Amino acid sequence: MDLDPLLLSRLQFAFTISFHILFPAFTIGLAWWIVVLEAVWLSTNRPIFRSLSEFWMKIFAISFGMGVVSGIVMSYQFGTNWSRWSDVVGNVLGPLIQYEVVTAFFLEAAFLGIMLFGRDRVPRPIHFVATCMVALGTLISSFWILSANSWMHTPAGYEIRDGRFFVTDWWEVVFNPSFPYRLSHMLTATFLTTSFVVAGFSAWYLLKDRHVEHARQGLTWSLGLITVLAPLQVLLGDMHGLNTLEHQPAKIAAMEGHWEGGAGAPLILFGIPDMEEERNHYEIGIPALSSLILTHSLTGVVPGLKEFPPENRPNATIIFFSFRIMVGIGLLMVLAAVLHLFLRWRGTLFENRAFMRFLIAMTPSGFVALEMGWITTEVGRQPWIVNGLFRTADAVTPALTGAAALTTLLAFVVVYAIIYIAGSYYLTVMLRTGPNPPSEYMQPRDLAREAGRPKRPLSKADETFAAGD
Amino acid sequence: MTEDWETLTLIWTGICAFAVIMYVLMDGFDLGLGILFPFAPRDADRDLMMNSVAPIWDFNETWLILGGAGLFAAFPLVYSVVLPALYLPLFLMLIALIFRGVAFEFRFKARSSRHLWDRSFHFGSLFATFAQGVVLGSLIQGIEVSGRNYAGGMLDWLSPFSVLTGIALIFGYALLGATWMIWRSDGELQQWAYRTARTLLFVVLAFVLVVSVWTPIADPGIRERWFSVPNIIYLAPVPVVTGLTALALLRALDRGREVAPFVLTMVLFLLSFMGLAISLWPHIVPPSITIWDAASPPESQVFLLVGMVFLIPTILLYTAYCYWVFRGKVTGAFYH
Ligand code: HDD
Ligand code: HEM
Ligand code: HEM
Repeated sequence: MDLDPLLLSRLQFAFTISFHILFPAFTIGLAWWIVVLEAVWLSTNRPIFRSLSEFWMKIFAISFGMGVVSGIVMSYQFGTNWSRWSDVVGNVLGPLIQYEVVTAFFLEAAFLGIMLFGRDRVPRPIHFVATCMVALGTLISSFWILSANSWMHTPAGYEIRDGRFFVTDWWEVVFNPSFPYRLSHMLTATFLTTSFVVAGFSAWYLLKDRHVEHARQGLTWSLGLITVLAPLQVLLGDMHGLNTLEHQPAKIAAMEGHWEGGAGAPLILFGIPDMEEERNHYEIGIPALSSLILTHSLTGVVPGLKEFPPENRPNATIIFFSFRIMVGIGLLMVLAAVLHLFLRWRGTLFENRAFMRFLIAMTPSGFVALEMGWITTEVGRQPWIVNGLFRTADAVTPALTGAAALTTLLAFVVVYAIIYIAGSYYLTVMLRTGPNPPSEYMQPRDLAREAGRPKRPLSKADETFAAGD
Repeated sequence: MTEDWETLTLIWTGICAFAVIMYVLMDGFDLGLGILFPFAPRDADRDLMMNSVAPIWDFNETWLILGGAGLFAAFPLVYSVVLPALYLPLFLMLIALIFRGVAFEFRFKARSSRHLWDRSFHFGSLFATFAQGVVLGSLIQGIEVSGRNYAGGMLDWLSPFSVLTGIALIFGYALLGATWMIWRSDGELQQWAYRTARTLLFVVLAFVLVVSVWTPIADPGIRERWFSVPNIIYLAPVPVVTGLTALALLRALDRGREVAPFVLTMVLFLLSFMGLAISLWPHIVPPSITIWDAASPPESQVFLLVGMVFLIPTILLYTAYCYWVFRGKVTGAFYH
C-alpha cells in the first residue's frame, strides 16, 4: 500500500490539535474561576475561598502543563508537515502567531511561576496580580490564534502575488469577517466547559456528602454562569452560522445535509448523508424550518451541496453529525440553566438528587461539544486550507515521505496516550480527594476566634462552616 | 530592494538571533539539570535541583516558541525549508520536551511511580538537547534547496558531524546546569556541582576545539571567511577571548566563586554563537539562502516591529522580576 503523506499529515494535525485544544478549553475558564476565588478571598478573607482556590490551582497546574507541551508541537508542525502553507501564508499568519507569543505566552509563562509557587514570596496583592496576568494571557492567546484561524476561513485584507499572500490591510486581516463570531463563540464555550466541570464535581461531592460548603460555593458560581452563558451560546452559535452561510455556503449545506438548495428547505433532524450517491439515507425532516433558521423566513433560499462541484464539497457525513452533537449538547446546557432557575425558585437546589446526577453526567459535555464544533468548522472548510483560494492538498510538505509521516503520527498517538492516561489519573486522584478543609487556611485572627469555641471533630469541619456562615 | 527594507531585515535577523541565544542560555541550564539529574548524590538533591527551575522552566521554553514563530513571521522561507529538512530530529526534540515538561507536574503528584518521572525528566532533557545539537550541526553542514522547497531526503541530516554537535551540546548544557546549581545551592550539592563543572569544562573545550577545526576543513567557504587576510586579523579576537574566558572560568571554579562560573559559561556560549554567526553570515540556510532571500516583505516586518519595540523590553522587565522573586539558594521542597 502506498502511504499518502497528505492524508497522514492531515490525520496527525487533526489528532494533535484535537488533543491540544482539550487543555486550553479547560484552562481559559479555570484561570478566571481562580481569579474570582482569589478576589473574593482577598476581599472577604473567608478561608473557604482560599481553600477552593488552592484546590483548583493544583488542577490548573497539571492541565496547563499539558496544554503547553502539546502547544509547542503545534507551532512546529506548521513547518514540518505544512511547509507549502508556511511559505504561502507566512507573511500574513506569521506575524499574528508571533504576536501571540510575545503578548500572551510570555505573560502566562512568567506569571505562572509566581501564581503557583510564589504565594509565600510576594505580598498578597502581587500574587493576585500574577494570577490575573495568567488569566489575561489565556484570553490574549485565544484572540490571536483564533484570528489566524478565522482568516483561513474568511480571508481578507490580502493580495496574491506569485502564488503567495501579501497583506494590504492589517486591520482587515486581524478582524476578518468570521473572527468576532468565532472568538465570542469559542470563549463562551471554554467558560461553559469549565463551569460544567466545576458544577459536576461539586454535585458529586454534595451527593457523597463531602466538602459540602465547597460544593455549595462551586454550584452557586458555576450554575450562575451557566444560566447566563448557555442561552447566550445558542444565540452566538446562530449568529456564527449566519456568518458562515454568507462566506462558506458549502459548509452550511453539508452541516444541514442539504443536497438540493432552494426555498423553504426542511430542517433535517436525522439522516446519513452519502457523498457517493448524493443523497441522505433514512432522512427525517421538518419542512421549511431550516430556511426559517438560516434566513429567518419560511421561504428563504438556502444552498445545496449539488451547487458545488464534487471536488469542492466538504465531507457532509462527518459534519452533519458533529454539528448535531454540538447543538444537542448546547440545548442540554440550556436545559440545565432552566432547571437551575426552577429549583432556585423552589428553593430545593441543593437537595435535588436527580438534578445533581444530571450535572454529574454533564461534566464532560463542554469538551465534547467543543471538539465537535471544531470538527464541524475545520472539516467543513475542506478541501480548502485557505477558503476558496488555497487547497489543503497543495499545502503539504513536498519532501515529506509517507514513512516519516506514519512514524511520527504513530509516535504521537502513543506518547499522547501515555501522557493523557497519566494526567487523567493524577487529576482524578486530586478531584476525588477534594479540597483541604478551610480550617487549614485560617488567618491567625480566625484561629484565635476559633480557639474560644468548643473543639469539634476534624471531619466535621465542612459542616461547621456551612452552619457558621 | 530598498534601504529601509535592508535595515528592517537586519533588525529582524538581530531579533531572531537574540531569541535563539536567549533560548540556548535559559533553557540550556534547565535542560542541563535534567541531564545531570541521575548523577546527583542524593534523592533530596534531585528535589532541590528540580525546585530551582520549577517556577521558570516554562518561561525559558517560551523562547523556543519565539524563535520558531519569529522565523515563521520574519523569514517564512527559512521556516518552510529548514523544518522539513530536520523533520525527524525536530520531532525527537518535541517528543522529548513533552516528557520532560510533564515530569515537572507529574513528579510532585506521583508517589510509587515517581522514579518513572525522574527518568522521563532525565531522558527528555537528554534527547531534546541531543536533537538541538543535531539541528545545529545539520544547519552548518548545509541544506539542499530547489526553488522554494527542501529538496533532500528525510535522513540527510544524519552525519558524523551532526552527531558530534549533538553530543557536544549535551556536555555544553550540562556545564550550564552545573554552574547554575553552584549558584543556587550550598553544602554537599554545591561541592558536587563544583567538581562536575570542572570535569565538564574540559570536555566542552575539547568539543569546541574539534568543531572549530572540523568546520574550516570541511567547508571551504568557512575556511575562506576565517583564514583569508585581512579577516584573520579582525576575527582573531574571537578565539583569543574564548580562551581567556575558559581560563577565567577555571579559576572561578577553583576559587569557589558562586555566581561567576554561571556567568562565564554563558559568555562562553555567546562567543561560540558569535563564531558560528561569523562563519555563516549572511546565509541563514547555508549554502544557498541568505537573510535577504528569506525575509518577509516590509509590511509584515513593520507590523510586527511596532509591537516588538516595547513588548521585548516589557518581557525582559517582568522576567527580571520573576527571577528576582525566586532568588537566593533553594532550600527544602516547596510546592503548591
Ligand atoms: C461548549 C461548547 C459549544 C456549544 C455548547 C455550542 N458550540 Fe458551536 N462551536 C463551538 C463550541 C460550542 C466551538 C468549539 O467553539 C466552535 C468551533 C469553532 C468555533 O469558532 O467555535 C463551534 C462552531 C460552531 C459553528 C461553525 C461555524 C463555522 O465553522 O463556520 C456553528 C454554526 C455553531 N458552532 C453553532 C452552534 C449552535 C447553533 C449551538 C447551540 C445549540 C452551538 N454551536 C453550541
Ligand atoms: C488557529 C488555529 C488553527 C489552525 C491554524 C488550524 C489549521 C489547520 C490545518 C493546517 C489543518 C490541516 C488540513 C487538514 O488536515 O485537512 C487543519 C485541519 C484540522 N483542524 Fe484545524 N486549525 C486550527 C485550530 C483547530 C482547532 C482548535 C481544532 C480542534 C480541536 C482543529 C481541528 C482540525 C481538524 C479536526 C482538522 C482535520 C480536518 C480534515 O483533515 O478534514 N483545528 N487545521
Ligand atoms: C494550531 C493552532 C495552535 C497552535 C500552533 C498553538 C500553540 C500553542 C503553544 C506553543 C502553546 C504553549 C504556550 C506556552 O508555552 O505557554 C499553547 C498554549 C495555549 N494555547 Fe494553543 N495553539 C493552537 C491552538 C489554540 C487554540 C485554537 C486556542 C484557543 C482558542 C489555544 C489557546 C491556548 C492557550 C489558552 C494556551 C495556554 C496553555 C493552556 O491553557 O493549556 N490554542 N498553544
